[in-house]
Amino acid sequence: MTQVLATDDIVATAQAIGTGIAGPAADAVDSEGRFPREAIDALRDARMLGAFVPHELGGRGASISDLAAVCETLGRSCASTAMIYAMHQIQVACLVHHGHGSAFFRDYLAGIARHEWLLASGTSEVGTGGELRRSLCAVVYEGASLRVGKRTPVISYGEEADAVLLTARRGPAAAPSDQVLVLLTKGDMCLTRTGEWDALGMRGTRSLGFSLDAVASPEQVLPDPFADIATRTMIPMSHVLWSSLWLGLASDAVARAHAFIRSAARQTPGSAPPGALRLAEAVADLASLRATVQGGLADFERRAHDPGALDDLGFAIGMNSLKSTAARLAPHIVAQALATCGISGYRNGTPYSVGRHLRDAYSAALMVNNDRLLAANAHLLLVHKGD
Amino acid sequence: MGDITDAIRCALHDHARLAVNIADLGEESDLYRAGLSSHASVSLMLALEERFDIEFPERMLRRGAFASIAAIRANVRELIGADA
Repeated sequence: MTQVLATDDIVATAQAIGTGIAGPAADAVDSEGRFPREAIDALRDARMLGAFVPHELGGRGASISDLAAVCETLGRSCASTAMIYAMHQIQVACLVHHGHGSAFFRDYLAGIARHEWLLASGTSEVGTGGELRRSLCAVVYEGASLRVGKRTPVISYGEEADAVLLTARRGPAAAPSDQVLVLLTKGDMCLTRTGEWDALGMRGTRSLGFSLDAVASPEQVLPDPFADIATRTMIPMSHVLWSSLWLGLASDAVARAHAFIRSAARQTPGSAPPGALRLAEAVADLASLRATVQGGLADFERRAHDPGALDDLGFAIGMNSLKSTAARLAPHIVAQALATCGISGYRNGTPYSVGRHLRDAYSAALMVNNDRLLAANAHLLLVHKGD
Repeated sequence: MGDITDAIRCALHDHARLAVNIADLGEESDLYRAGLSSHASVSLMLALEERFDIEFPERMLRRGAFASIAAIRANVRELIGADA
């Protein structure tokens, strides 16, 4: 268990879990709207949840590229599993990048490596209109402890997670944008379900609504202001990992369309099947999506250890562009795959079915709405001068 | 110098949408803690660019550059000096 595996093993492990466990369960997870328990357990058993924890704290010291490759690989098999993995690693990255100066968080990171705890995100809040950088709830210090209560429209896999990273105002008198990020373990909080999750797609993420009440210790507040955590880690990590899993999702749909066309072509040698042009379009758009994701990932990795470079307005604009472009292309590519496969793609339960892919892909433009990101970029471009 | 500070306070008053009284802000007070959002900071930058006839270069379009009245003033002075 303490053996440190080479980084390429992380991707190979993801591939084995994707094709062997997550993929075969994906349709059941989707139709039943249940947590992909078998896939997440397999990732946990393979020490994949603590992959991003640095070696010195007992983790596997994976890079951002490794995580992106894992998300893409899992995205090919089960987008819900890939999204849960991505969201978990986004939280872990916030702790790795912004908690390393704190004894409490170093211990907690070592715990993630040892126990493979699953972390969820508690950033949304009823009444803020989906704005990440605004909170209504506040951390309240009472003697030696801290109290926080929040109404969240969504905490994905909140019931299955071992801990939640929650945004809140720094204190009762703080401005809505003066936020902190608090780590709340299962034992710290009481979650009361306020909403169900019966959605068009991404049905395995179990993104229920909750009313959350927690009592914790002041050391569970990350030392860096949330403004810095969001700009330097949470937002770029989210946009890179989400885009990677959408790339995987779209790749699998195109692979199914390609298999369909090959099969059809064998039956009518000498003439291309009618869907072949749609496949050619899908392959071209998939290459654009791949280039977009790789470009964004490379830019993030280049800046990852330079806070100044992460604070560049140009980088924020680039990350917003990455997410909005990937979220626009992914459902478009899957729709092309559907057009390629025709009724065989439309029908569920065939080797060419892409209905689940399409429904899952439509979530991309909605989770952090593309219009919100484009509006943010439109605003930032008023002062941005270009490189 | 006093003029620059007054103009900055004036721009903060008009565009920063802070939760506090501008007159109560010290030179080094953290504007983000006072409620400056990234959206409002863009409006503030535009107003200052217009007021001083300057353009903030990319390296100044960062959170730290607008974190306090003193930080903004240092950047504005550098740009005015560079233009003179």
